[in-house]
Amino acid sequence: MGIKFSLLSVIALMAAVFVGVKVAGLHYFFGVVVPYAALATFLVGFIYRVLLWARSPVPFNITTTSGQQQSLPWVKQNKLDNPSTTAGTIGRMALEVLFFRSLFRNTKYEYHEGPKLRYQWEKWLWIFGLLFHYSFLVIFLRHLRFFAEPVPGFVHSLEGLDGMLQVGLPGLYITNLIFIAAVTFLFLRRVVVPQVRYISLPSDYFPLFLLFFLGVTGIIMRYFSKVDVVKVKELALGIVTFNPVVPSGIGVLFYMHFFLLCVLLAYFPFSKLMHLGGVFLSPTRNMPNDPRMRRHVNPWNYPVKVHTYEEYEDDFREKMIEAGLPVEKESK
Amino acid sequence: MKIYNAKLIIPGLLIFVVMATFPIWYNKGTAAPPPEPKLNTPAIQRMAEKQCVLPKDQMRTEHMQLLNEWRTEVVRNGNRLYVAWDGKEYNMSLQNECMRCHSNKSEFCDTCHVYAGLKSGSQPYCWTCHIAPKENK
Repeated sequence: MGIKFSLLSVIALMAAVFVGVKVAGLHYFFGVVVPYAALATFLVGFIYRVLLWARSPVPFNITTTSGQQQSLPWVKQNKLDNPSTTAGTIGRMALEVLFFRSLFRNTKYEYHEGPKLRYQWEKWLWIFGLLFHYSFLVIFLRHLRFFAEPVPGFVHSLEGLDGMLQVGLPGLYITNLIFIAAVTFLFLRRVVVPQVRYISLPSDYFPLFLLFFLGVTGIIMRYFSKVDVVKVKELALGIVTFNPVVPSGIGVLFYMHFFLLCVLLAYFPFSKLMHLGGVFLSPTRNMPNDPRMRRHVNPWNYPVKVHTYEEYEDDFREKMIEAGLPVEKESK
Repeated sequence: MKIYNAKLIIPGLLIFVVMATFPIWYNKGTAAPPPEPKLNTPAIQRMAEKQCVLPKDQMRTEHMQLLNEWRTEVVRNGNRLYVAWDGKEYNMSLQNECMRCHSNKSEFCDTCHVYAGLKSGSQPYCWTCHIAPKENK
């Protein structure tokens, strides 16, 4: 049900653009109004969401024990998996953000005949997750050639590297292939693995379909049914310089691609895609394992009224001495 | 409203906003004018009917594919005759046919290619084999 709903939603979105642009001629709406609205939603929503998280206190120091913690001097500490210093924590966070370390440690367990429970390395999700994110990053940065004039140098080097196979004209980008392959894997994983399928929701399928069709429309535009990139850049530059222009004669395929991007941006703050910001706020990744050195005070702590033993003794000292009970101090 | 760890959260959000709005501050609010490839070479001005091998719109978006097909035809099949959509015959050759009219590479080819970001690493690799025209300047 989730798959059908998500797929049909994305197809409906694209159909809406097709009708809107081809029949109703809403070029300005899809080329200027929607992008600005999407960008504003993205920025405001993103900041709001992060601030919302930042307002939640962390009650405990959530130490992770995925490696030897700091102990006696002759016990070797795993400084990156179980850091006790700020530098180590930054290192762990960098490993997480850049190399998805916690996903790398992923294992799967299955019942086999016996019955036996068997644990296995499960690296496919990590590999394809990594491929997906990095190819998406490269594709994203490559697109700066439409949004920046003069085109920054690193975009050229990225394009050169990405297109180094020099297959066909316009040259094939390696990341385009990887992106589609990785998105397809991430989707098939949800469909094929019964346990994953059981927990998959429309909010899991929808971004995958969105990204898949975003990629497909882009690839079709580049290699098969061309649009005039000079006009596309004119439109893109118009948006980012707040002088929006809608050059005539850009194919409807571009508006589909652009609209899917806008949907992605607007959907971002409300969805699980917020892991872009959320990964930095994961308590198990960003808190050093130092509760034995530094006291973590729960910000939630209610101011409890306490009555210490010393105060108790002060109140009842005479009576305690009279009754022959031992006291710590003979008098006040 | 209390923000915990504001010392880290606020700079982090600032970095995010600066990166996310890169195109906005990079262009400084002025869009570079779109290129106007010049069609005023002597060869074109002498033409009675100013018509390229394909209609203009198609030429704009598909010239690279056409050139690629031409290359395959010439280099692999030894065929230099191209019959255009309007029945005219052309000699499939970048230097002798295309550049005969469009002899102004820097004012024609390059204007769009540079604007669309086809430079250095991702430069159209025509001129790695072909000799770029000497423009008298």
